This record gives sequence, C-alpha cells and structure tokens, in this order.
Amino acid sequence: MSEAALPRRDATVPAKAAKPRRARPIGSESRLVQILLIAVSLGFLLLFLLLPLISVFVEAGARGWSAYRAAITEPDAVAAIRLTLLVASIAVPFNVVVGVAAAWAIAKFEFRGKNLLISLIDLPFSVSPVISGLVYVLLFGAQGYLGPFLKANGIEIIFALPGLVLATVFVTFPFVARELIPHMQSLGSTDEEAALTLGASPWRVFFSITLPNVKWSLFYGVLLCNARAMGEFGAVAVVSGRIRGLTNTMPLHVEILYNEYMSAAAFAVASLLAGLTLVTLALKSLLEWRYGDAIAAARHH
Amino acid sequence: MSRPSFRRLVQSGLVLGAFSLCFGIVAGARAQTELLNVSYDPTRELYREINAAFIADWNARNAKKITTIRQSHGGSGAQARTVIDGLNADVVTLALAGDIDAIAQRSRKLPLDWQKRLPDNASPYTSTIVFLVRKGNPKAIKDWGDLVKPGVQIITPNPKTSGGARWNYLAAWAYAEKAFDKDDAKVRDYIGKLLANVPVLDTGARGATTTFTQRGTGDLLLAWENEAFLAKKEFGQDKFDIVVPSLSILAEPPVALVDANVDAKGTRAEAQAYLEFLYTPKAQAIIARNFYRPRNPEAADPKDIANFPKVDLVTIDGAFGGWAKAQPTHFGDGGTFDQLYKPAR
Amino acid sequence: MTASTASSGWRQPSILPGLGLSLGITLTALSLVVLIPLAALFIKAASAGPAEIWAIATSPRTLAALRLSFLGALLAAAVNAVFGLILAWVLVRYDFPGKRLVDAAVDLPFALPTAVAGIALAAIYAPNGWVGALLAPYGIKVAYTPLGVMVALIFVGLPFVVRMVQPVLEESQGDIEEAAALLGASRLRTIFKVILPPVLPALLTGFVLAFARAVGEYGSVIFIAGNVPMLSEIAPLLIVIKLEQFDYAGAAVIATLMLLMSFALILLVNLIQARTRKRLGDV
Repeated sequence: MSEAALPRRDATVPAKAAKPRRARPIGSESRLVQILLIAVSLGFLLLFLLLPLISVFVEAGARGWSAYRAAITEPDAVAAIRLTLLVASIAVPFNVVVGVAAAWAIAKFEFRGKNLLISLIDLPFSVSPVISGLVYVLLFGAQGYLGPFLKANGIEIIFALPGLVLATVFVTFPFVARELIPHMQSLGSTDEEAALTLGASPWRVFFSITLPNVKWSLFYGVLLCNARAMGEFGAVAVVSGRIRGLTNTMPLHVEILYNEYMSAAAFAVASLLAGLTLVTLALKSLLEWRYGDAIAAARHH
Repeated sequence: MSRPSFRRLVQSGLVLGAFSLCFGIVAGARAQTELLNVSYDPTRELYREINAAFIADWNARNAKKITTIRQSHGGSGAQARTVIDGLNADVVTLALAGDIDAIAQRSRKLPLDWQKRLPDNASPYTSTIVFLVRKGNPKAIKDWGDLVKPGVQIITPNPKTSGGARWNYLAAWAYAEKAFDKDDAKVRDYIGKLLANVPVLDTGARGATTTFTQRGTGDLLLAWENEAFLAKKEFGQDKFDIVVPSLSILAEPPVALVDANVDAKGTRAEAQAYLEFLYTPKAQAIIARNFYRPRNPEAADPKDIANFPKVDLVTIDGAFGGWAKAQPTHFGDGGTFDQLYKPAR
Repeated sequence: MTASTASSGWRQPSILPGLGLSLGITLTALSLVVLIPLAALFIKAASAGPAEIWAIATSPRTLAALRLSFLGALLAAAVNAVFGLILAWVLVRYDFPGKRLVDAAVDLPFALPTAVAGIALAAIYAPNGWVGALLAPYGIKVAYTPLGVMVALIFVGLPFVVRMVQPVLEESQGDIEEAAALLGASRLRTIFKVILPPVLPALLTGFVLAFARAVGEYGSVIFIAGNVPMLSEIAPLLIVIKLEQFDYAGAAVIATLMLLMSFALILLVNLIQARTRKRLGDV
C-alpha cells in the first residue's frame, strides 16, 4: 500500500478532506434517498452547529458597530485578549516540543508499554476540564500538597499565569502528539534509516527529513491545539481567580460580561473567539487542499 | 542506556527552566499600590462606582497613590474558596458572614472575630429578599403563601453555591415558621413544596437573574432587592414588577480585611481605609443609588431611599441563631435543603 | 513502563537514535503536567478513608449526577453515531452545493470555546429563543431540562464519528461494492453486508471518543442544563459544588471515579485501534 495515502484511524483529530471523487459506483441510492439523507444531515448541522454560531454574531452586532468596538477595546477586554494570547503562546510551543518527542518515540520505536503510554497521553482529552483545574488546586493551592512550600518561597502558581498555563497545557496535551503519531507511523522509518546509513547526523536527519515529512500534520495539530488553548473555559475557571484585567482570559471575560447583563458585549468578545475558530477552520481546509495535492503527487511517483 | 539518560537529564533541566520562567514573569508583574477586592456576584456595579470614588478620595489626601482596585466576582462560596486556596485578596466583600467565617477558620488569614472590627456587624449596607415577577403579575403572586401553588415556577440559585440563595431559603423558612406557628412538620412541608416548584437552580444569583429575565423561564425570581431593582433598570421598567412580601430577612453582606494578605503585600493602611470609606456619607449615597440599603439613610439622596419599601424583617441572629448554626443545619451535607429537595420526576 | 527499569529486551532494536531523549521529554512532561497532578487527586481521594469514599460514591446525588453524565453522554454519542454516519456518508458519496463548507463546519465544536457554545445554545433553545420558541407551543422544553444537557453533549461530540468514519468510507468505495451489485445483491444488502462492516471499528471508535468527551463536558452544559440536583445536575458540576462547599475530599472522590472510567474508555479505544491496525497489516 502507498503509505502516505493511508487514511488515519486515530483519535481526537479529524481526517483529511475528501479525495477527488471517483465515478459513481454501479450500485447507488435513488435520487430521492440521496436528497433525503442530505436534508437530514444539513438539518442536523443547522440545528446543532450553525445556529449557535450565527446567533453569536447576530447578538454581537445587536447594539451596532460602535458598541461592538467599544466592547472589544475596553481595557479589561484588551487585558483578557492579551492574557489569552500569552497563555497560548507558552502552552502551544511547550506542547509542540513534547508532542514531537512523544510522536518520535512512539512512531519510530517498538517498546513495551507503548499502548499504555499512548493512553496516558490521550487521557487529558477525556478528563473533565473541571478535574484538570481541580488537580492543580489540590497540588498548588494554599491548602494543597505543595501550597505551604510555594508560599514560603513566594511562588504563585494558581490564580496567576503559571496556573493558567498549566491548566491549558493539560487540556491541550494530546493534540499535537495525536496528530503526529499516526502520520509518522504510516510514513515508516526507511527514509531516516537510509540517511543515517549515509552518514547524516541524527539531528540533521530529524530536521531535514522527519520534520519536513510531517510538517502539515504538525501545523494542523498546532492549529487545533491553539484553538483549544484559547477557548478553554472549565479548567481555567477553576484556577483563575477571575481578577479583572489580571487573570481573566477571554472565555472567562465572556462569562463575566454575560453576568453583567452586557450580553451584546459578551457576544462581541465571544465573536472574536468564534472568528478565531473560523480562521482556524479556514486554514485547516486550505491545508487539506495543499496536503491533498501532496498526497496525490506522492502517488504519481 | 547511559547516553540517553544524560540527555534526559539535560532535557528535564530545560523543562524546569521553562517552568521557572513562568514564575519569573509573574513575580515581576506585581504592582505595588493595587488592592484586590474579592466580592460576590451582584456587587459589580456598586464597587465600580465605590472604587472610583475611593481612589479619588485617597489619592487627594495621600502621597502613596493607589493605582487600581482590582475586582473579582463570582458566587459567594466559590469566591471564599479561591481566597482559602490562596487568592491574594486584600479585602473580601461577600454575601454572608458564613463565607468569611469559613475563610477565617480554614486559612487563618484573619481572626475569627473579624465581624467585630467594623461597625454594624461589618456590613456597611444591607438588603433583603423580594420577588421579581413578570409585568402585571399574571400569576397574582402577593406573598410567600402563593409560591407553593401548583404551576408557579420559581427561579432561585442553588443555596449550596450561592449566598443570595441561602438568604432566599432562610427568608422562606422564616415566613413559614411565622405562618405555621413554628410547626416543624408544616414548615418542612411548605419548603418542600416551594422547592418542588423550582425548575432551574443556577450556581449564582446572576445566572438565575439571566435565566428569568433573558431566557423567559419561570414566573417569579427570588432575588436580592438590589438585584431586582437592577434587573428592572437594565431590562426595562415595563417588563417586570417587584412584589414585596409581608415578611423577609435582613441580609447583611459583610466586608473584611484579610490580614495575612495585606501584611504580606504592605497594603494594610489602604485596605483598612477602603473598608472604612464604605461607611462615609459619600459611599453611603453611592450604596443607596445602587439599590442597597445604606446603614446611614440620611447621607443618601431621599429619592433613592424612597425606593425601599417598608418590610417586616427578621435577622439571621434572631431567627436562626447566626450563620454558625444556620449554615450546617440548613445547607450542610444532609441539612434541611438536602432533606427537602426532591426534584420532580 | 519507564525506560530506566529495564536494561534490555524492553524494546526492539532499531538503528534510529533518540529514543532515550524523546521518551525522556515525553515522560518528564507527562509526569509534571498529567501524572503528578493526577496522583495528588488520588491521594486526596484516598485521604477520605474507605467508608467515606463509599458513602460519597453511593450517595443518591452522586449516583444521579454520574447517571446523567454517563447516560446523557451515551445517548448523545448514540445520536452522533447515527447522524455522524449519515453525515459522513453524504459527505463522501454525494455531491451538493456547499459541500466543502459543510465539511469544514463539522470541526466547529473542536475549536469553538465551550462557554461560547453554551451561551449560544442556551440563547437558542430557551423558551424565547429561535428554536425554543418553535418547540414551546408543543410543550417541548429543551433549555433547563435534561434534554438541554443532551443538546450540549451532542454539540461537543459531533465531529468525532464523522471524522473517524469518513476516511474509511472513502477507502471502501469501489470494487467489492460493485462486485456485490453485479452479483445481484440489493443496495440495502450491499450497504449492511459489504459497506458497513469495515466501517464498524471506526464507528465504534468515534462513538467512544464522542462519549468520553461528553462525559466530562462542563463549560457548554452548565449554561443550558438547569443544574437541578438529581435531575439535570451533571457530575462535573457536582465536583464544582463540592469544591465550593470546601469539601475537597468529596470533590476528589467523584473526580477519581470519573477519571478511572475515562481512562478505561481511552484504553478501550486504543485497543480497538491497535487491533484494527494489526488486522489491516498497517504497522
């Protein structure tokens, strides 16, 4: 089988876009059934996906453009945006390094306990965000196991940036690794082995063979990781302390505004996050086009 | 295996370095003359105004200026927990004394007799519990007795997480004790029926108000008086009516200095002045304007004072023996709320 | 399972370098970020003592919350399995205008912040919302009922089944199906006997993932759930409530219960995948 074309059966991560369709198979449903199924699918999507998204933008614009601008340029909102970007800019690179390392170890080697390791990496994905916040409170809170030590040394973790970063790293931990592992597995190690045999240094092999091979999956993992990092609510809510202008991230700011009867402003900030989502999805679709071409090219060789 | 383990050592060093970098950023970000007021849900508008007035007042008279007063809002119990878990609050301004008691007991950051350190039980303003109904009062709700009628939907937050909801619950309880002449079985029956009419239990007072006003759910919102006035102001005088019951409870939201935190930060003078400022005529006027009942009504605009109807009020100490007793009896695990709450199937 | 415990034989030989380094980074980060904090959770839960753990775990309120979270997630995952399969089928097999857009939209729940989703869903499905107002005359209430919980859980789990099934359907397109049709099998028979069986592992994986994600969901649910104890109170909310009553041990016990179940689920998915990979000879 042509390895690169293998569709992935991995967790957490969506697959590549539809390949160019072949001619319709002999057996196929009647036109009526087709229309019915399409209608069911679109109705389902409309009800559960598109309406919420549309409502965010409608509500955000409910009080006009100037109110919208005021809501997102207000100092607390700006501070929240800045904090969210800062948290993501620490958490995402961290997860990239760890994700690449984990993918290398898991995809290129066979060792005992590998399935357990994969499951442990996946674990944060299915852990309730509330629990991810709770564990850090138990560990670093003033009443927690390390609380007295941290206090004695004047180190702040929860209700400060490190706590927000930790909680975010926790919830986005699997994203990059989960994206890379199946891709690296399907590529195999022959290229790297050949290069090593020809005398290339290990780092050079990594940077000029492995990384370019998986760059699109990596980028894709980063996108999802980033979107989740910026949008995380439950875990961050537990460790934030909600100090306006200081430890309030964008999703928390949305909730605060919503609770202040400023629903237009809340939805305005929410629309920024939703906009980010749309950009992420657009980038992803773009990626799939390019990636799809790359696969096709690989096939022709 | 020897080389990789050395590499791993280097690597863990890198990871630790990254972590300590995070700590460094935060340690450097601490500003000197900032206060943090950890408060409960409905006080956002009040403290926005108070803070501006206090900063102007303080900076006019002192060389060491206060730049900002940071606010953190949430359910009263949740806010108490964050302070216990280490949030560096200079002052706490919560919904009920029980939550500040919990901070004193569990974190030992302030003395147990904190409530004696400021006048009026450390509560510079009070409020009470009223009913917010839809315009024209379609279900004809006049008093607590109407709340247990079948088909009346009551919105209240969860007493387990919301301070306001605890006042709601105790106000209902006080009414029932009076109406049924302290017949415990009848009181419990009344509360049980009332709770059976509650379709949504939000975690905080604000969530409950939103559910009632913006989501169009329920016939009646049990709310702080200030919250009810604010909701009318925000969503239109023509959409809701306030119904004042025959009897309610005197809610005293207290304020306190968190000694250990202000001493560590060197902000004791500012924080103390901040709390005392709440009792000044200027602050009392702001308090009345934000629909809280001021301790000193003479300082406020008579127009604001005229908003407050006369209500027969019981006190937590008089009717329930104080929070130290009321909290475990009614809201602890296995307390009356747990016993009487049987959701409709 | 750590690298240091075994001296030889714990891994197959390879000429590739860097196992120690990469495994080192992975295990260090995993320990710091995931394992040590989770260990703290277990220790806290254990500190309650067996009798109390049992009392918390079997209290009616805990059971009701766990039941809602798990049953709700199960139902939501089932709904997603059915509609996700149809959606994947439509996306792979049919052509219609805007297909690419629909395909991209499926990923929305991955990226849309849960709090935003929750507020938006509550606004739409409330009795005065766009959809809620249509349903209200029929006496159907969505927001603030267990049905509202379901809506939110369906939302968060939606992409999984589609994204798992889609590539497999793409692959299965073609020869065998045509052969079956040529040999005279009816279309329905072809679908159930030829097309669906290879899709099953992917469908199952998607189902379990959607389920696992939904069980722990918090942000989007609390805005729409109603949060009534014993009725529409999800387990993560109960953890938050315990926490706000300063009952750290109680919160930790419920969290540990959920965690163990989550881990079992994830292990199950990875086993399904490992088996499928082996059968297809893909490693």
